[in-house]
Amino acid sequence: MGNKQTTFTEEQLEAYQVALHGRYRELAPHLVPLDYTNNPDIRVPLSLIVTMPELKENPFRDRIVETFSEDGQGNMSFNDFVDMFSALCETSPRELKTIYAFKIYDYNRDNFICKEDLQKTLNKLTKGELTPEEVTLVCDKAIEEADLDADNKLSFADFENMISKAPDFLSNFHIRI
Amino acid sequence: MPRKSAAAEEVGIDIDEDVSDSDDGDNRRRANRRQGGGRGGGRGGAKGRGRGKKADSDEEEDDEDEAPKGRGRGGNRRRPANKRGAGKNNDDDSEDEAPKKKRGGAANRRKGGKAQESEEDSEAEKGKKGRKGGKKGGKEEDNGKGKKGDAKGKNKGKDKDDDKDKKKKKKKDDSSSDSNSNSDEEEESMSEGEMARLMEEVEEKKKLIANIRNKPWRMKRRLVLLKEAQQFVDKFEGALGKGKGRKWYAYKVMMTKKWIKFQRDFENFRTACIPWERKIKEVESHFGSSVASYFIFLRWMYGMNLVLFGLTFGLVVIPEVLMGLPYGSIPRKTVPRAEQPTAQDYSVLMDFNGYCKYSVLFYGYYNNQRTIGLLKFRLPLSYLLVGIGSFGYSLMLVIRTMAKNADVGGGDGEEGEFTFAWKMFTSWDYLIGNAETADNKYASITTSFKESIVDEQENQKDENIHLRRFLRVLANFMITCSLGGSGYLIYFVVKRSQEFANRTDLSWYEKNELELIMSLLGLVCPPLFETIAELEDYHPRIALKWQLGRIFALFLGNLYTFLFALFDEVNTKLDEEESIKNASIWAMKEYYANYSRLLNDSDSTPPPMDPGDVIRGPCWETAVGIEFVKLTVSDIQVTYLTILIGDFARAVIVRFLNYCWCWDLEAGFPSYGEFDISGNVLGLVFNQGMIWMGAFYAPGLVGINVLRLLSSMYYQCWAVMATNVPHERVFKASKSNNFYMGLLLLILFLSLLPVVYTIMTLPPSFDCGPFSGKAKMFDVIMETIDLDLPAFMGTLFSYAANPGLIIPAVLLMVLAIYYLNSVSEAYQNSNMELKKKMQMARDEEKNRRNNKDSTNQVMKDLEDLMPNRSLSPPAPPEPEKPPEPEAKPTKTKPGSAGKGVNLQKDVTLASPNPNARGPIDRPPGPRGPGPGPRGPGPGPGAGGGRGRGRGPPPR
Repeated sequence: MGNKQTTFTEEQLEAYQVALHGRYRELAPHLVPLDYTNNPDIRVPLSLIVTMPELKENPFRDRIVETFSEDGQGNMSFNDFVDMFSALCETSPRELKTIYAFKIYDYNRDNFICKEDLQKTLNKLTKGELTPEEVTLVCDKAIEEADLDADNKLSFADFENMISKAPDFLSNFHIRI
Repeated sequence: MPRKSAAAEEVGIDIDEDVSDSDDGDNRRRANRRQGGGRGGGRGGAKGRGRGKKADSDEEEDDEDEAPKGRGRGGNRRRPANKRGAGKNNDDDSEDEAPKKKRGGAANRRKGGKAQESEEDSEAEKGKKGRKGGKKGGKEEDNGKGKKGDAKGKNKGKDKDDDKDKKKKKKKDDSSSDSNSNSDEEEESMSEGEMARLMEEVEEKKKLIANIRNKPWRMKRRLVLLKEAQQFVDKFEGALGKGKGRKWYAYKVMMTKKWIKFQRDFENFRTACIPWERKIKEVESHFGSSVASYFIFLRWMYGMNLVLFGLTFGLVVIPEVLMGLPYGSIPRKTVPRAEQPTAQDYSVLMDFNGYCKYSVLFYGYYNNQRTIGLLKFRLPLSYLLVGIGSFGYSLMLVIRTMAKNADVGGGDGEEGEFTFAWKMFTSWDYLIGNAETADNKYASITTSFKESIVDEQENQKDENIHLRRFLRVLANFMITCSLGGSGYLIYFVVKRSQEFANRTDLSWYEKNELELIMSLLGLVCPPLFETIAELEDYHPRIALKWQLGRIFALFLGNLYTFLFALFDEVNTKLDEEESIKNASIWAMKEYYANYSRLLNDSDSTPPPMDPGDVIRGPCWETAVGIEFVKLTVSDIQVTYLTILIGDFARAVIVRFLNYCWCWDLEAGFPSYGEFDISGNVLGLVFNQGMIWMGAFYAPGLVGINVLRLLSSMYYQCWAVMATNVPHERVFKASKSNNFYMGLLLLILFLSLLPVVYTIMTLPPSFDCGPFSGKAKMFDVIMETIDLDLPAFMGTLFSYAANPGLIIPAVLLMVLAIYYLNSVSEAYQNSNMELKKKMQMARDEEKNRRNNKDSTNQVMKDLEDLMPNRSLSPPAPPEPEKPPEPEAKPTKTKPGSAGKGVNLQKDVTLASPNPNARGPIDRPPGPRGPGPGPRGPGPGPGAGGGRGRGRGPPPR
């Protein structure tokens, strides 16, 4: 959340960073030092990050953490951590959220959301309660709806176009901390 | 250091930028970018532009000269000036002024980082430019700009540049006007301008600070940039004397945040105030929106009934209890002597006789005293007005809700576009942090997917239409038959019960035959209809509507036969009343006569007769009220028992006997029950009709109904969650509940009729109820007008009741309805038209994008025909080189093809083709009309011109 308050004074910014740092340190007290003045290069692994109450019920938690971590493996530095909450916070703009949402749903990181990505998303959303035929149907339909350039996968432009019209994307895609 | 990182990531940023900037100035910016790129290439490639370049550099030097001057003046303000330069570059880029673009690479890159400014930004900077121009002296600026424009115009001579020139000229005008306005300021002091510039700079920095979180950069980089900007602002804001506002600003921001939080909390509070919201959501997440729609309807009904309850109890029942005469004071408030021994028996009370019958619950209890109590409360008037008012309120509410729902239905016409994609990407609420909520959410997402899948499958279904039609006709025939049969059965039973009414030795069955038969029909027919409806194989949502309609017809038949029977009863009671009235008067006289004769004292007034002994009329109103209350109560009993036995007992048996049974009970025959939406909804609607009809004769009925709805909410919520399983095909409820509302409106209207009929035509009983002693019930209004309102009001009303006034009023209303109807039709048409257009636009967009990929066969063919092109990839958006040299002979301006929008290029690629190869023996195919006029036409030059002519519009 640190950067959300950038219109604030330096002290307030500090305060927020400290608060966030507290949360960060909470996850791995043995790893993260209290003193952060000289920016130590410390990364908290994915398995610890996803235990946060804000994330632990989210079906996409692993993907979120992976997306925001700099190494792509889910090991988060403090900056990544701040980054994550900055992007997911309530006031962060739609464009930014769209970018990160795209990255989150793009499981294989090929800059396209293809059918496999959709299937993974769907299975996480429904806890695998749909039959394979239903899954295929839904994925086909979703691509058919949103795919504007007929390449059978969703590019970022397709995704953005689709998301920009979604009524509850903004209200759903954020985390309060 | 930011520069370094910026340089490293420049490409990435550019992409992100392009993407993230999509909101407003998207198109424009994109076009600009392309232009810029094209020109950059052109500058490198084309030779004939040396002069232009020179001019550019001249101009640039001017600028550079400018800058140091500023620096010199500003003394220690070197840095801001520098920054300003960067900022200006930034501006230049977005305004697309090529000449200045090649200014310092570092600055440029720097700008790359910052470039993502909003539209207003560049506006602001325009303004800044203007001020700068002002300082320089408007004329000089004009000249320079004009020259520049000229040079460029001459050199490039492309329409694009014309375009740009125009833009520039506009800007120039701006600047000159600005300079004029600023000139006096500038004369005052030089540092004023400096100040302004600095202020702009600070503003810009602030904007950067404010926008930095919009940028998808890594935190490290953001922090660095942020720190730099903040330092700058800190340093110079104070110098400009703007620091004062900072605290205020921070305060304001904080307050905004607080306000937002407050709003959120308030919203939460409001949601928490909606009764049963969580219960319903829970049901919805497991059983789908169709089942939830029933509960929402139930809640709505509860709200409406609460208001009716408030009206009736507040204005009729409670005043009567508080201020009216107590029980036993007058005959109508006393149980007759003959009934007194059994009046407290349970069975009698359950039939709403005995003490129940002579209580505030029923019409007969109310006295016809014109005013009661100290407050002079006009109870009879209030009784009538509440009776009519509840109808008025219900009508208004139902119609308003329907209208609102219809509004919602019109609003989200676009919904069909991305059903699945939206569900997939936006349905998970990232705020969920509670395991139970998360489980519900999973369930609800799965359910909603299933709903959409059902819809989708229905769309894809196609089969033997004749068989389907035949089956549907057959089903309707069967259902009509059973409806007729049940109607006749009810009629028969009613007739029989009239015979029974004259007898006294009735068994329990004979007494309750009517209610039993009606409840039984209600129990048997709906499943029968449902079974028959299987034949029709409609989409579940449509099937539900049919089912609702049919059961409604069944209930309606029941209701109306019931009503006619009731009217028969009322008529016989009315006849009976005449004789009793005489008998009662005679008995009264006799009593007094006897009294005086026995005492032989004609002077003393006799004590009033014991109220229990007075001969009473049958009081048909109370009888009707009792009938309705009985029906309602038996309906409640049947409903609850059905749930208890049909659902709960079944579920228990299935669940626990499954351990020791020979087949799988859960998956096999009895299984668990499904929630019967149609039956429940209609039960509710029908019940409400009963309430409306009966409330006038039994004010207590509304209270009973409120209790029923309240208990039924909890009971059914529990029952559905505990004992039912979701429908096999979970389907989405229609967006508006208007079908339910429509049924409700119909039944409201139907129940309005008999009540109004009785109020207007039947004479009230002579010895019970608030209107006793009057010829008609509505006489109470006349009485009030005559006695309580000033005389002129009476004449006014008599005028208003004049047919000469009423007929024109009705005519006017009919005309108004006609007019509004036609207007709404027109709107509907235009709505449809717009929807169609939107759909078309969307299709077109899709097609266009498809064409880019050369999926369009015609384009492919045409491209194959081009010389030297067969090897190059079809219609590439990037490779601009191949077309250029090739197109040179035909086109005078090589750049234009490369710079066009992709689609445009496809067209230009295709269009010169027939020109370049004069004799073409291949038929042009579907593109027929295109080459036709072009083929024999003006030749290469024209082709180019055409290509160019096509260029500008998209920009």
